[in-house]
Amino acid sequence: MNKKLLGSLMLALVLTACKSAPMVEKPAAVEDKSASAPKAPANGADSSAIKEVVIDSQSTGNSPLKDPSNILSKRNIYFDFDSDAVKAEFRPLIEAHAKYLLAHADAKVALQGNADERGTREYNLALGQRRSVSVKKSLNLLGVQDKQIETVSYGEEKATPGCTNDACYKLNRRVDIAYEND
Amino acid sequence: MNILKLTALKWVIYISVLLSSTLAHAALEIEISGGGAQQVPIAIVPFAQANSQDNISNIIAADLRRSGMFRVLETGGVVSRPSDIAQIKYAEWAALQAQAMAVGTVEVLPGNRLKVSFKLADVLKQTQLAGMEYNIAPSQLRLTAHKIADVIYQKLTGEIGNAASRIAYINKAKGRYALQVADADGENPQTVVSSAEPIISPDWSPDGTKIAYVSFEKKKPVIYIQSLMTGQRMILANFKGNNSAPAWSPDGTKLAIVLTYAANSQVYIINADGTDLKLLTKSSAIDTEPTWSPDAKWIFFSSDRGGSPQIYKVSAMGGEAQRVTFEGSYNLSPHFSPDGKQLAMIRNDGGKFRVALQDLSNGQVQLLSEGAQDESPSFAPNGRMLLYATRIGIRGTLAAVSSDGRIKQRLSESGGDVREPTWGPIIN
Repeated sequence: MNKKLLGSLMLALVLTACKSAPMVEKPAAVEDKSASAPKAPANGADSSAIKEVVIDSQSTGNSPLKDPSNILSKRNIYFDFDSDAVKAEFRPLIEAHAKYLLAHADAKVALQGNADERGTREYNLALGQRRSVSVKKSLNLLGVQDKQIETVSYGEEKATPGCTNDACYKLNRRVDIAYEND
Repeated sequence: MNILKLTALKWVIYISVLLSSTLAHAALEIEISGGGAQQVPIAIVPFAQANSQDNISNIIAADLRRSGMFRVLETGGVVSRPSDIAQIKYAEWAALQAQAMAVGTVEVLPGNRLKVSFKLADVLKQTQLAGMEYNIAPSQLRLTAHKIADVIYQKLTGEIGNAASRIAYINKAKGRYALQVADADGENPQTVVSSAEPIISPDWSPDGTKIAYVSFEKKKPVIYIQSLMTGQRMILANFKGNNSAPAWSPDGTKLAIVLTYAANSQVYIINADGTDLKLLTKSSAIDTEPTWSPDAKWIFFSSDRGGSPQIYKVSAMGGEAQRVTFEGSYNLSPHFSPDGKQLAMIRNDGGKFRVALQDLSNGQVQLLSEGAQDESPSFAPNGRMLLYATRIGIRGTLAAVSSDGRIKQRLSESGGDVREPTWGPIIN
């Protein structure tokens, strides 16, 4: 019995060691629309002419949004477990972003809601959404129009995995303020 | 002595399962702990198999073992290798204490076809209990083995088996998310769709030909329906805000979904072709995770309208919602047993998120799983087992537990982070 057991074990080890070629799979293609396609000029100009657009990541280098000493560089609003209440400590941060958005009517933000990984994915998706709406309402109360704000949720999908204590979990319970073209 | 014997047996089982899955290039390994109280002792004689694939008796034996209803006997000590009823020397198998035994052959036919013959015998009565013949393509050999296991299961337990069904799950590996479908034993995994952005909430159409799921490829949750055979995808719902939590109706004509486009997360009903959207729930709270009762009369869903997340039900025609769960401060992810008598859910049990089962006739609740972050419970087609996601460290893995809590299994895929399993229907 023991000999047989050992034999099986060794065979299993050998077979595991020489795992064969990867499975051939035919995944359905997921269209990646994040890469922007070149657009034709809108006003009947020479359609073969190409006006190169260089998106310079340094262009907002002097922006108060990027200045680490400016409160506008702070973009994360943290929440308690299973809560969408905006805590008083984030009031100055939200006021600063409201002021910026009021002064820059063309600026747009996405409020990205997130949740820690405890609980179910769908409930956390809804919770992340509610957190982003909660921040939107705070901005609305300060006069920011809905057209400058989009609320989205990632639920727990972008959470740092493997948290075991609240010091880690709480960093995932947040809304990120993401400026368009930032 | 007894303990020693048991330990040795468990190892043999574990190794033989590992061995057969490695031979089949499997991605999932199965570990079994515990077992049913009354297991039928059965011998699965290696088939007289003419082709070079793994002997299907191994697949059949593993299926029966995993069901928890059988004690599959070691046949190595018996000299004879019958492949038909007439060749069985019953005394040899009675000496092994087998109550039943299976024999069979796999023959190679012209035109790259295989003929699989199988017979099930009652060792004590020395009679044939079942006999089947299958003319198949070689690629159908595993499925045929599962079908044979289900014939044996049904003959000896009186209930349908689960072996010839499939499971779907999300596998996150190397920064990509893949929706995969595998046989119920975890073998033969195939990718249905993969993306760099998250994919969540897969749900089988009742006929097993399509899967609805949520993809973030448009940087927000959008619901898709994809045909497994053709790979054709269709957007079911892409409204402003979140589109999530698809759940097929039992007849496959409609889905319950969750949208935020009017306000907070609310449950809607939509036709499977994307037409005729109707609001079902009306609250200022989170309403999500809809699921249909098997008789299609009710939609059960999760809501925090009462302060904490609990499960509610509403008529599929609309109306007032009624609360279903009262024990505990946090109950989510309702999923019906196939007979509609029990409701699986995720319960927060002192900070641990675990699979619980509620008897809908008397409200009694039993905790079934032991993890800290268990998710996504779903029933096997016969209602005997539940599949769910659990976590070991930062890696997600799949586990199964019998609905009476006695049999526990873990399916661990090497290298991946596996989550959101859902058990599909039997393959015809």
